[in-house]
Amino acid sequence: MAENYDLIVLGSGPGGYVAAIRAAQLGLKVAIVERENLGGICLNWGCIPTKALLRSAEIYHYMQHAGDYGLTAANISADIDAVVKRSRGVAKQLNQGVTHLMKKNKITVHMGDGKLTAANKLTVTKDGKTEELTAKNIILATGARARDLPFAPADGKRIWTYRHAMVPPEMPKKLLVIGSGAIGIEFASFYNDMGAEVTVVEMLDRIVPVEDADVSTFLEKALKKQGMTIMTGAGVEELKATASGVSAKIKGKDGKVVGSEFTHCIVAIGIVPNTENIGLEALGVEMDRGFLKTDPMCRTNVPGLWAIGDITAPPWLAHKASHEGVIAAEAIAGGHPHAMDPLNIPGCTYCHPQVASVGMTEAKAKEAGFDVKVGNFPFLGNGKAIALGEAEGFIKTVFDAKTGELLGAHMVGAEVTELIQGYTIGKTAELVEADFMHTVFPHPTLSEMMHESVLGAYGKMLHM
Amino acid sequence: MPIELKMPALSPTMEEGTLARWLVKEGDTVSSGDLIAEIETDKATMEFEAVDEGVITQLLVAEGTDGVKVGTVIAVIKGDDDDASAVPKAATPAEAQAPTPPPAVTPAPAPAPAAIAAKSSSDRIIASPLAKRIAANSGINLTGMTGTGPNGRIVKADVEALSGEGRSPVALPAVDPGLRREAPITAAAPVDTDIPHEVVKLSNMRKTIARRLTESKQTVPHIYLTVDVRLDALLKLRGELNASLEARGVKLSVNDMLIKALGLALIQVPKCNVSFAGDNMLQYSRADISVAVSVPTGLITPIVTDAANKSLSKISTEIGELAARAKEGKLQPHEYQGGTASISNMGMMGIKQFEAVINPPQAMIMAIGAGEKRPYIVDDALAIATVMSATGSFDHRAIDGADGAMLMKVFKELVEKPLGLVA
Repeated sequence: MAENYDLIVLGSGPGGYVAAIRAAQLGLKVAIVERENLGGICLNWGCIPTKALLRSAEIYHYMQHAGDYGLTAANISADIDAVVKRSRGVAKQLNQGVTHLMKKNKITVHMGDGKLTAANKLTVTKDGKTEELTAKNIILATGARARDLPFAPADGKRIWTYRHAMVPPEMPKKLLVIGSGAIGIEFASFYNDMGAEVTVVEMLDRIVPVEDADVSTFLEKALKKQGMTIMTGAGVEELKATASGVSAKIKGKDGKVVGSEFTHCIVAIGIVPNTENIGLEALGVEMDRGFLKTDPMCRTNVPGLWAIGDITAPPWLAHKASHEGVIAAEAIAGGHPHAMDPLNIPGCTYCHPQVASVGMTEAKAKEAGFDVKVGNFPFLGNGKAIALGEAEGFIKTVFDAKTGELLGAHMVGAEVTELIQGYTIGKTAELVEADFMHTVFPHPTLSEMMHESVLGAYGKMLHM
Repeated sequence: MPIELKMPALSPTMEEGTLARWLVKEGDTVSSGDLIAEIETDKATMEFEAVDEGVITQLLVAEGTDGVKVGTVIAVIKGDDDDASAVPKAATPAEAQAPTPPPAVTPAPAPAPAAIAAKSSSDRIIASPLAKRIAANSGINLTGMTGTGPNGRIVKADVEALSGEGRSPVALPAVDPGLRREAPITAAAPVDTDIPHEVVKLSNMRKTIARRLTESKQTVPHIYLTVDVRLDALLKLRGELNASLEARGVKLSVNDMLIKALGLALIQVPKCNVSFAGDNMLQYSRADISVAVSVPTGLITPIVTDAANKSLSKISTEIGELAARAKEGKLQPHEYQGGTASISNMGMMGIKQFEAVINPPQAMIMAIGAGEKRPYIVDDALAIATVMSATGSFDHRAIDGADGAMLMKVFKELVEKPLGLVA
């Protein structure tokens, strides 16, 4: 006899477990199926453990610059094993947190590989044993994994994906990072701070290419100043693991191919959705470029089958998956959730200095036909930033000249990942420039720069 | 100093009105209390009195101008020590004749996001700052609209859908129409005809009636319950009461007694004295009866407050006075806004039985047909009785059939044994 639920969620990442909690709160009988760790990549192998690593790198950086603050720190060194151990501890704590949340919300956890056998039926296989579950609705939240270089798949020894980079067998001396999206740049920044010699190769003409061009330019300068080598408009033609490291042939901007030796390489060229072996083919689920096609309520074309997170359209971010989880759960429970506007989803990169943004870049806004007003305020003009010893970075805002709509905000500098939410709330609530101008920002904070940037877009900047 | 006379807000909810008639002309001297103009709102025509003294130097808004926003300068009075040339900026025609909201004439009812639907009360405009800005830029009036944002907030996408200006590069995902909370108002298609006709401009009252009745029929699931009620006892009692009231100049109508009966019935069956309000229901402890009164421009519903506790003679004098002023278009807003249930009587026009449209946010309306002699079974024998049919329309979201039936039963008993009405 198959066990029957109102809802089964396949995958327990930040999309899946949040969907399960929300559905349970709304009174549905919910099961969640996970093949590996509750919490998925995000909190076991992604967002959270990397933040723990980056925190160690940040403190190490401050210790090395203790003199700047009138302090002395002698005999500073980094123990990569201890740093990784702390990171794993953080992941474990959160994994247990999710286990507790499932229990608290009376969500049945089925560990094993889930596979759809019909739109409302799936099997869960673990250690050769298979059980069958049925449900009125199923949410697919199987996520994604790192994309390999076709000619040099990751081996975990010399050629790493983010997953290997998070639990390195040893500290790399000379590291090649292929790809300069959020994941590539975060690891490049981490290992650079930890003392590795880092080279970043980006195919496009600038790093963090989804960000505003001003942010890319600024970040590239800042990272180079920290000793990083950055090659844009460049491609890795050949990559081979050797006994002592990896040898790469890199084609530069000038078209010349140069051979270089590294001890390790991180491949961060994108993701592949986990859509195989979960029974999609037989059900005729509609796809778009490898990802599942969904409507604004996260429905697929198959009735009763829903999809959220990294297996659907971009952006592929944990918080986008979570929000979709809530939308899907509420829609399934008969509610009327509001659809999400992708332009209101913020993005954060935790390199040093940090990058955060929401909405359209200046170039995108112009391309879309907007007549824009742009404000840009530097950290140098902010008292708190100077006191922190972090007078590096800026906050840029892009407004529609016609309506005063905040089209986008782009930041680089200390703690900007914590600041972006202010603009995100304003943008979601459809505030206009006057509302931001009338808002009182506390002094002394970095957030004052958010105010100044808006004022600047309208020629009213005070502190520059 | 010249004094600017501004379009007054004659009710808390008024945002604009029609300057129906000037009662003064340029050069007239006015003093405090003089009537200056008649102003038509969506429900009534009201007189506008002078507060200041002086000579009217300018009338800035022509008679019959629609959609004059509250606060617009409509005339200028010159005080005693004035230089006549110092005249403030005249209201531009664009300001004075702000286009009335387009929803009723937006083109074909697009199946996609015809987002903004008419709303019952036109209080504060709940819209995002951006939506307001875009509306102002495109000359769209958001009064009385409700949007698709949280709690009916009007958001950018709604205004853009309304203006048909899908210019925004931000392509918002089309929302499944089935998920929409508010039924979009169906736009009446423009009529193109060769038949000889004249175009009659809609009065504000007609526009309000159209909007509210459409809203009611589209959003309120009506159920109808009809009972036949013997009137003989009530007619007899009325004759006796009128004989004794004659000295006081009071003459009760059948309708006055039915108003009281409905008021009492609502108090006895409180489940029918309610308003459906989304996540909540309001259960009223007082029965205020809106009485449908036909007026030359349409229909208005003056209210008999606390009908259950008023004497019949009081109800009679009150409704007589209210109806008279309603016909002149002189009711004050508080005299026709509100009410917990309505009564509509078409008996005098020979209508045997009909179903009325609920007047939201009320949840019931009683439709009274003509009292007529009908063959009637009394004690298993055919007899003649005076009988009327009464039909209650109930908001089925708020009121179950059995509760509606209970109200009809109590109402019938009160009418058939009418001593309860005077007790």
